[in-house]
Amino acid sequence: MPEVKNRQAVTGAQAIANAMRQINPDVVAAYPITPQTPVVEYFAQYVADGAVDTEMIPVESEHSAMSAVVGAAAAGARAMTATAANGLALMHEIVYIAASSRLPIVMPVANRALSGPINIHCDHSDAMAERDSGWIQLWAENAQEAYDLTLIALRLGEHEDVRLPVMVNFDGFIISHGVEVVDFLDDEVVKKFVGEPKVKYPLLDVDNPVTYGPLDLYDYYFEHKRQQIEAMKHVKRVFKEVAEEFEKISGRKYDVLDKYMVDDAEYIMIALGSTAGTIKYTVDLLREQGHKVGLVKPWIFRPFPKKELQEILNGRKAVVVLDRSASFGAEAPLYEAVKSALFNVENKPLIGSYVYGLGGRDIKVEHIKQAFEDAFVGNLNPDEERYLGLRE
Amino acid sequence: MALNIMQLATMFADKNPGITSGHRLCPGCAAPNVAKFALMTAQSLGYTPVVGLATGCLEVSTTIFPFTAWNVPYIHNAFENVAATVSGVETAFRALSKKGRLVDPEKKYAFFAFGGDGGTYDIGLQSLSGAVERGHKFIYIVYDNEGYMNTGNQRSGATPPGSQTTTQPVGKKLPGKIQLKKNIVEIMAGHENVYVATVSTSEPMDFFKKIEKALQFDGPSFIAAFSPCVRFWRVNDDKAVDISKLAIETGYWPLYEVERGVYRITKKVKELKPVVEFIKAQGRFRDLLKRPDAQEIIDELQEYVNRRWERLQILEEATKDKPIR
Repeated sequence: MPEVKNRQAVTGAQAIANAMRQINPDVVAAYPITPQTPVVEYFAQYVADGAVDTEMIPVESEHSAMSAVVGAAAAGARAMTATAANGLALMHEIVYIAASSRLPIVMPVANRALSGPINIHCDHSDAMAERDSGWIQLWAENAQEAYDLTLIALRLGEHEDVRLPVMVNFDGFIISHGVEVVDFLDDEVVKKFVGEPKVKYPLLDVDNPVTYGPLDLYDYYFEHKRQQIEAMKHVKRVFKEVAEEFEKISGRKYDVLDKYMVDDAEYIMIALGSTAGTIKYTVDLLREQGHKVGLVKPWIFRPFPKKELQEILNGRKAVVVLDRSASFGAEAPLYEAVKSALFNVENKPLIGSYVYGLGGRDIKVEHIKQAFEDAFVGNLNPDEERYLGLRE
Repeated sequence: MALNIMQLATMFADKNPGITSGHRLCPGCAAPNVAKFALMTAQSLGYTPVVGLATGCLEVSTTIFPFTAWNVPYIHNAFENVAATVSGVETAFRALSKKGRLVDPEKKYAFFAFGGDGGTYDIGLQSLSGAVERGHKFIYIVYDNEGYMNTGNQRSGATPPGSQTTTQPVGKKLPGKIQLKKNIVEIMAGHENVYVATVSTSEPMDFFKKIEKALQFDGPSFIAAFSPCVRFWRVNDDKAVDISKLAIETGYWPLYEVERGVYRITKKVKELKPVVEFIKAQGRFRDLLKRPDAQEIIDELQEYVNRRWERLQILEEATKDKPIR
């Protein structure tokens, strides 16, 4: 276990800004939006103080932030941005273009409810709206993970077999503004870990001119999409490789799934982000009462860890899926994906869907207990969506 | 290095200064010559151009995969964001230059962004204004064909009154577009530390000199190029230059520049021809001319053109030797 030399009480936003400082990207283009704003503010201060030699572009909108990082990454720069909610929605068009241009941009997203009505607090509707955009999605539970995953994201996206942009999701306010203890790596250790950017076909190699973003019609477009599908298939393997390397320098272990007390668990809850912390606490309480419960938290949501979930969920008594976003007129996104993954497992568990926490509504231990208790008594209906902490 | 007209003529004849032949723009389209004039000027002055394009005629017709008509670095991102995209490329250039990671640090780079009037006056205006305000060293060139011609002649903020378009057609009741064309030159000149100019391919020397000035200007430049669309202006495909000349002679498209607030008319027209000559020369105004209120609309445009011309002369006099910064 490497020695912890730099332990600090910081917000998630500070932790991410510090990861960005250590990465020292060539270009950062960003536009402030609550609750991502402190990430941009801390980073801008690093630029102003000369702590990094990044060129920062203080753009006039998120649409231009994503457009500028696409230009910078195509030019051959290591480029980053960060956003949240409506900002991510404004970027939407270019989010797809970044992925299809195979540009390994890293973008922390402080997850926030997508309007309307306007709301600045946490839910996952912003990231879920981008789940088919071709970006890798990593999800952090706390400030430590937000820091670690930002560093891992860089290596993952730039890997020769991947070459895709990566979104690092961290819950708005809960992680972005909450103060936690974070163990930082030494600057030199991070510098060595991220290494020099691996650039492919840079626009600025003027003697070998390339055309980025051609018109791609029915005779080639489909093949290009197929290549994106193929690149996604390499992500889990590469993530494991990078995570292994990261463990050596940090002592912290990452995998496709975070598994908490699952070995003998009969009842498993699945959730993304910061709520996993509350679930782990509740699992401990229920375990004390003799309930065999556990948690599975995907660190990667795109590509979806289908095989890993099939392996771990096969034969359990029940699976409860918590979603912090709704899909109006259909099943909630995480639930829908888990349910679909279970179609082919041999011993299907009972499964239930719970939507919670929209617009920053608090999720409490009692809510999590309630969902588990439904599972204990077999009161789950795979075709019914239930709500936690909602006044009906 | 100074502009050498013989060298430029040879480059033009070579058909290969940045944008090559073989693209699929309509015969007689002015847009590829706008790009060619700009890129050959840059190359003849020793610059290496890096080009960004907004979605539009010039983009879709030159890069149909797996072909490209660009033999210089080229990036197209989307419709409304070429200025932001090129601002990212230009910033990457500065970052890599500072960090010693440029493939060829000896070269003189010139960053160009091309957009049609739709991508500039309308959907791309915010991105353009932001990039110019931030002071990126790049040259934005709008090829203004006064409508969404790539998608079949829809109205834009650059469409003149009375011009037939599919989204504001001249009908039995309504006379088509009644609003004047947005004055994009003044909007861009309203930014600080910017060089702004109008050009036309019918005045090549004036065009080359303005590109030269833009290349040497310490800050962003905005060039508005009059760019007839022979297809939807309903003129013969050998008429782009003639129509451009008429636009200048009538004062419809005055050739001038604004450098840090200093106005200079670069083509003094002694006596303006009536705007109706410009209108009558093009089929896109045919339906307007059949209407009883045609004269009213033409008179209004004439009045505007006269006043603008007068105003430009006053501004030239008033701002002489008085740069705003």
